[in-house]
Amino acid sequence: MIKRIIPAILVISIFFMLLKVMTNITPKYDLTGVSKTYAEQGASDLGAMNLVTAIVVTYRGLDTLGEVAVLFMAGTGIALLLRRKKKKKGSVAKKREASEILQTGSKLLVPIIMMFGAYIFINGHLSPGGGFQGGAAIASAVMLMFLADNSFKINHKVFGLIESLSGMFYVIIGILGLVMIGADHFLDSRLLPLGEFGKILSAGTIPIIYTLVGLKVGTELASIIDNMKGDLE
Amino acid sequence: MELQQGIFILMGLAMIIAAGLAMHVKDLISSIIAVGVVSLFASLLYLLMQAPDVAMTEAAIGAGLSTLIFLYALHKTKDVEEEND
Repeated sequence: MIKRIIPAILVISIFFMLLKVMTNITPKYDLTGVSKTYAEQGASDLGAMNLVTAIVVTYRGLDTLGEVAVLFMAGTGIALLLRRKKKKKGSVAKKREASEILQTGSKLLVPIIMMFGAYIFINGHLSPGGGFQGGAAIASAVMLMFLADNSFKINHKVFGLIESLSGMFYVIIGILGLVMIGADHFLDSRLLPLGEFGKILSAGTIPIIYTLVGLKVGTELASIIDNMKGDLE
Repeated sequence: MELQQGIFILMGLAMIIAAGLAMHVKDLISSIIAVGVVSLFASLLYLLMQAPDVAMTEAAIGAGLSTLIFLYALHKTKDVEEEND
């Protein structure tokens, strides 16, 4: 009985708290403070059509680096905890084959999803999306391959190499900003010329950084899925 | 504007119903799918509220990858919830 009463009281009190917040809220339709500065100067400062990307990669570049580091820690932790064990001899676990529809469909869809993921992060400064979204799309293509083919394995050496190299180059680009532009310009995207607004080769280093982030996130999420799957080798 | 608000409210209700289902369904696979449905509606809502960047992340990670990761985790445990009260 008491197990039901306490949650009920909690839920009702949260309801009243939220009601208080909801009745006191006044919607803001004008940009103020830092968001106004970003909206007014972002395009001319950084040359990125997608303002979200300009904020994520340049103004808040350090936060993005932290996010990439968090994802790396999560991937490493999962790999450490769910490490594959060697299969004992004689215990051949037979798995059900994927259905014909899934196998044929994945053959058709995997290249398209991969291409779409690469498109998302290469066009991060022009259209919605960016490194994280593109990387997740690529990882979902890898996921489809896992689902369609029981014996599919990813090449851990190649994946680890791509992941660590892209992470390294990301930090190197950040440090180059410090060296070439000056102090407090870590991860500044104005290392390269801003180019013509709206073209694919524009906005300084934003496309390069997002390509690196996309590769890193894609390989990391694919490795996480691989470790979660945790087949015996 | 009226129509749009109606759609928002309908989608919010659908999210609440799916979240309730996720708690109450005994079969854990159905529960995971219900959680995925919550994410899917959330991503549609983000898209309608002019946040395509967030919508893409939610659709790819919330509705896609995390559902599969939950399914793999479920596969390693039991697939029926045990009653112990």
